[in-house]
Formats: sequence, structure tokens, C-alpha cells
Amino acid sequence: MKKQIANWGNYPRIESDEQTFSFTEELQTYVKKKEPFIARGYGRCYGDASLAPNTISTLRYNKVLSFDTEKGIFECQSGLTLDKVLAIIVPRGWFLPVTPGTKFITIGGAVASDVHGKNHHVDGSFSAHVIEMDVIGTDGTLYTCSPTLHSDLFRATCGGMGLTGVISRVKFDLKKIETSYIKQKQLKAKNLEDILRLFEENNHYTYSVAWIDCLKKGKGFGRSILILGEHAKKEDIPAKFRENPLKLPPQKQILFPFNLPSFVLNKLTVKAFNFLYYGKNLKREINNVVSYEPFFYPLDAIQLWNRGYGKKGFIQYQFVLPLESKAGLIEILHRISDKGIGSFLAVLKVFGRQDDLISFPREGYTLALDIPVRNGLFPFLDELDALVLKYGGRLYLSKDARMKPEILENSYPHLSAFKEIISKYNPQSAFSSLQSERLHITSR
Amino acid sequence: MNPSVLILGATSDIGMALAEKFAQNGYPLVLAARNSQRLAPLQSDLEIKYGTGCEVLEFDITHTDTHQATWDKLQEKPGITICVAGYMNENERVIKDTAETLKTIATNFTGPVALLNIIAADYAEKGKGIIAGISSVAGLRGRQSNYIYGSAKAGFTAYLSGLRNRMYSHGVHVLTVLPGFMDTKMTAHLKLPRLLTAQPARVADAIYRGILKKKNTIYIKWFWKWIMFIIRHIPESIFKKKKL
Ligand SMILES: Cc1cc2nc3c(=O)[nH]c(=O)nc-3n(C[C@H](O)[C@H](O)[C@H](O)COP(=O)(O)OP(=O)(O)OC[C@H]3O[C@@H](n4cnc5c(N)ncnc54)[C@H](O)[C@@H]3O)c2cc1C
Repeated sequence: MKKQIANWGNYPRIESDEQTFSFTEELQTYVKKKEPFIARGYGRCYGDASLAPNTISTLRYNKVLSFDTEKGIFECQSGLTLDKVLAIIVPRGWFLPVTPGTKFITIGGAVASDVHGKNHHVDGSFSAHVIEMDVIGTDGTLYTCSPTLHSDLFRATCGGMGLTGVISRVKFDLKKIETSYIKQKQLKAKNLEDILRLFEENNHYTYSVAWIDCLKKGKGFGRSILILGEHAKKEDIPAKFRENPLKLPPQKQILFPFNLPSFVLNKLTVKAFNFLYYGKNLKREINNVVSYEPFFYPLDAIQLWNRGYGKKGFIQYQFVLPLESKAGLIEILHRISDKGIGSFLAVLKVFGRQDDLISFPREGYTLALDIPVRNGLFPFLDELDALVLKYGGRLYLSKDARMKPEILENSYPHLSAFKEIISKYNPQSAFSSLQSERLHITSR
Repeated sequence: MNPSVLILGATSDIGMALAEKFAQNGYPLVLAARNSQRLAPLQSDLEIKYGTGCEVLEFDITHTDTHQATWDKLQEKPGITICVAGYMNENERVIKDTAETLKTIATNFTGPVALLNIIAADYAEKGKGIIAGISSVAGLRGRQSNYIYGSAKAGFTAYLSGLRNRMYSHGVHVLTVLPGFMDTKMTAHLKLPRLLTAQPARVADAIYRGILKKKNTIYIKWFWKWIMFIIRHIPESIFKKKKL
């Protein structure tokens, strides 16, 4: 059916003929069609990675295939969303090995973007936990691949943004938990030096992430709140929770009612928001036990919060810089605070080691911030891109909607190997998105 | 204990939504479809999510000679039978192709009638059971754009009301479901008005409630009743000139 679609950033928005399927053979038949297309999950990537004139939605292809509750191995079709997975595994004492900041993404999307979570420095990205998967290639062939089987296809599919084929089945391992609660610690950092030191000091924590104020200048430049967490053991939780330690959190959601005009989100509101956020955290350190829901998915409580950025949409700019490029992080943050366009959603995290073919994470600092689309934004982001490049970093394809092909070319060291595998499994660019065309990874 | 539920046509979007709804509410299932391989993922899904028993049965609603054997094969007879099986192709193609015409009639009318006769007889003997048939508002008046499908559904609707009448004294209940537009694969090629179109999960909810409350006839989305009331009451002399 033809319809208007956009991803989470509401930019760009295009018309697409979106088809659905429920069975593997239906997918195999669809794949053989003449026009190029791209697989689409829940549309929670921010930019144009799952946009194309023809798309195939995996959302009806969402069945659980097996769950080994002893070993913690889960197998499902690619359109199953993480919220559904959690509802099944948490009551039985298991958790996702890696989760992004929203539970409204599909397993296919988790693999295709090779998503990372707050535990990257300990557990790596999602693909590190994939045991095996099926990918449907251009002629409808089903390839079963793993780190040892069709390993080239496996490597290029993890983080490959749907360009090797449509992921149909994924088998992955889970993390054992005793309770559905998180022991949380929040630490206030006065400035950038302070927060980077705190990250370092607390790198034994499984989960860590910081909210950073991009607008603050002077002495408080880089002030932030570090949020640390561990899965709580039974003895960590209050007695009243112990009766049902694996209880699922209630799923209350408020709907963001309408698109706000984007001027509402000007410098002032951003400042006000930051002020409030700090006001809540008067003490330097707060320790508490919370359900996993607010810890991992604070934003999921407000459905469609992306409307807050107005009709024109927004860009989430996320990059990673090597650890030795601290100067780069400082320089980029200065640029952002000078420009005064930073959002209230700036997230800082330290990644651990990873050196995959095309996955985004690598050891270093990653910063993500939301910026409403407006005149002059793209040239400014081009300037930031140049800095990211200069300091040996790169951008996350899952957030990107506007990077130039040269930037990609010069920042992903294994890009040509990736392209070679694409030309093997996707020689006619049958799988192609607005993003892959823009970045010259595919060409029609 | 809940009776088990037989879903005839379980690989359809409505069939899958019904399976989910009943499994969620603790009913064991027998899922029947032409291609039972397609049912394996649904079977594992429901067993893992809801821990309910889920049996799979291969059958073809148009193979009337196999119906008795199919029913006999079931060790424990499901106490609720829901017939979702149906087939719709573009009317232009159907009217030009006799095989398509007969397939439309067999899948929507003669096949279901032949099978439900067998099941109803068994229920009547036991003095209990529930049968739900998914017909269509398309059967309430023949329109030039869809009258082969519509007439088959009209036949099915008439069959269900007759069956309800006959079964009443045997303690067996029969529910007629009259959906309007539904967002399913069957209608994927049509441009349907959003407001009038029901999602499979909504349809399944309504059917589930209809069965529990032993309703006779239900429309999915209330206004269909009134839309069809009007359509049925347009005088034929006017109706025949309309492009409907
Ligand atoms: C609030 C919020 C927080 C987020 N936090 C994080 C975070 O912490 N870490 C992180 O890594 N990401 C994060 N993300 C990004 C998100 O996790 C990824 O973009 C994810 O890929 C989205 O999955 P999706 O199912 O929505 O897929 P889409 O957005 O529809 O698609 C994303 C990509 O996956 C491909 N794809 C989807 N399904 C398949 C399939 N079956 N086969 C092949 N290719 C497929 C698409 O072609 C596209 O390239 C966040 C997003 C939001 C909105």
C-alpha cells in the first residue's frame, strides 16, 4: 500500500509502497520482484536507512520460534519487537544481552544497526550475542549464517543496514537475571574532566551512560549526570518486591498529542530543561533501586515524543571518537555550545573495544544529540563531520540522514571490504535505501 | 477448563489474530490450514508465550471428500469451531475464469458448509458446542464489483442462520460474523477508507466477545450495520443503476 513514511527524526518523509508478509515464502517471493526495496522494522532509526520508494515491513513476521529457558537462548522471526521479547523472557529470569534506549525496535533492526546499549564496554554490541541467523538474498535464497557459517555474509549483515538481504530469523543468547530491578547510582559531574574521570573510575559497572549539558559554557562546561546500574540481586531489592522479583513493569504510556512548532524548542526551553534536570539532582550521589523500565527506557513513557521537534523533524547527530581524541570531544562540544543548538537529549557514553566490519561502535567516546531541522543546520553539521573525521571518528548510520559519501568513505576503515560483500550478495543493488544511494554504497 | 478451539483457516490474518486471542485467554487450540508448515511458527509462538497446547492440522476446505476423515482424526473434539476460511480475488478476473468462480464459491460457501455439517452433527449429538462462521457484509446485497464473492458469502450467511435455528434445540450455538473492510492480506491490493477498516486484532477481540456472550450476529465496527441497512433498502430500480 502506498503511504507516507518517515523514521523517528521525521526527516526525510517520503511516499513508499509498503508491503507486508507473514510467512517466509511470501518474503522470498517478494524479494524476487524487479524494483529495488529495503527492509523496514519499526522505523526507529532516525534518518533514511529504512526508507525507499519500495519497502517491506517485517512487523507481521513476528513469531517466537524457540526459547531455551535453561540455557537462555531465544529464537524468533525478525519483526518481533523488543518489548514483546522482554514480556516473555523477564518473568522467566532472562534479559536482553544488549538493549538500545527504546524497546520499540525489531530484532531485525537490532541486528541490521548492530545496536549498542549502556553495557557496550562490558558486553559489546547486539551482534556479539547472535548465534545464528537466516538472511534472504536477492534471488530469494535463504542463507543460514553465523560467525563460522557464511561468515562474510554474517559480518556484513551485522550493522549492514539491510543491504545484504532481509534478515528473517535470529537466534541469540540472553543474560540471566534474578530480578527485574536495577540497582542504580547517579553521580553529578561538575564539568567534562570530571565526567570522563567518573566514567573511568566506574568502568566496572555493567551499565553506564551520562546526560550532558551541551549549552553550559565556562567552568561548568560539560557538566553532566552519570547514571550507573547493575541488575539487582534478590537481596538488593526491598522486601515488598521480593515476592515477585521478576515482575514486569506496568506499561503506562502517554501520547504526545501534536506536533509542536519547532520554535518552542529554542535555546531557552533547552536551558530551562537542563536547569530542571539538575534541580532534581541536588545531591552529588543518589542510590536507588528502580524497575528496568525507567532505567533503560525513560523516553518510551511518552509515545511519539519526537513530535516535540515539530513538523520539519530533527536530526540525531551521533559520533564516536577514539579515546585519545579527548581534544576532539572538547572541540566539538565547544562548537555546539557556541552555536547554542544543543538539545536536552545529549547522551555521552564510553564504548569498549570493537572492530567489526561495518558496525558503528569502536573504543572511544560517543555523543548523541537531537537538533531540530532548520536553515543552516546542514552546513554546520558538515563542519562537525570534518572535525569528527579529523579526530579519527565516525557517525552512526542508524541516526544519519545527511552525511556526505566522502565522510563515510574516510571514516569506516573496512568500507571497501563491506562493499565487496554487498556486491557478492546484492550485486544489482536490489536491496537499497535512500541512505545507501546517498552514500554510494549501492547504485541503481 | 476451557474447551479447545478449532480455527479453520488459521494462516489468514484473522485466523492468526484469533489464535493469539484465545491462547492468551487460556484456550487450547487446533490450528487448521492448507499449508500446515506455515503454522509451525505460530504454534511455537503461542506455546512459548502462553503455555497453551496447540495442535496443527492440515486440511483443505475445498476437498470435501476428506472432511469426515479430518474431523475423525481429531482425538479430542474441539468444543468451539471458528471457520475463517475464505477466498477473494478481483471480481473482473473471477467472472472471466470459471475455475476462479468455482474456487470462490467452494472456499467461501460449499466447502465450509460441507465441513460444518459434519461438525454440527457431532455437536448436536453431544448437546453442546459453539460454531462461529466468518461471513461478510458483501453477502447482504450483490454489487457489480464483488458479486461472485458476495453471493457465496450470502449463501454462507443464510446457511449459518439456518444452522443456528436448527441447532438451538440441541444446545449448540451458532454465531454469524459480518465484517466490513479489514486490513488483511486479502484486501492488501485495495485502497480502503481507514476509518471503516478494522485491524485483525480488533476483529479477533470482537469475535472472542461475540462467542463468550453467545451473540447471534455481529458486525465488526458498529456502523457497518447501519451502512448495510441503508444499502439493503435502496430500491432495486435505483440500485441497479449505481456503480457499487
Ligand atoms: C528513543 C530511541 C533511542 C535509541 N537508542 C539507541 C541506542 O541506545 N543504541 C543504538 O544502537 N540505537 C539506538 N536507537 C536506534 C535504534 O535502535 C536503531 O535504529 C534500530 O535499528 C531501529 O530498529 P527498527 O526495528 O525500528 O528498524 P528500522 O528503523 O525500520 O530500520 C533500521 C535499519 O535496519 C534495517 N532492517 C530492519 N529490519 C531488517 C531486517 N529484517 N532485515 C534486514 N534489515 C533490516 C533497515 O533496512 C534499516 O537499515 C534509538 C532509537 C530511538 C528512537
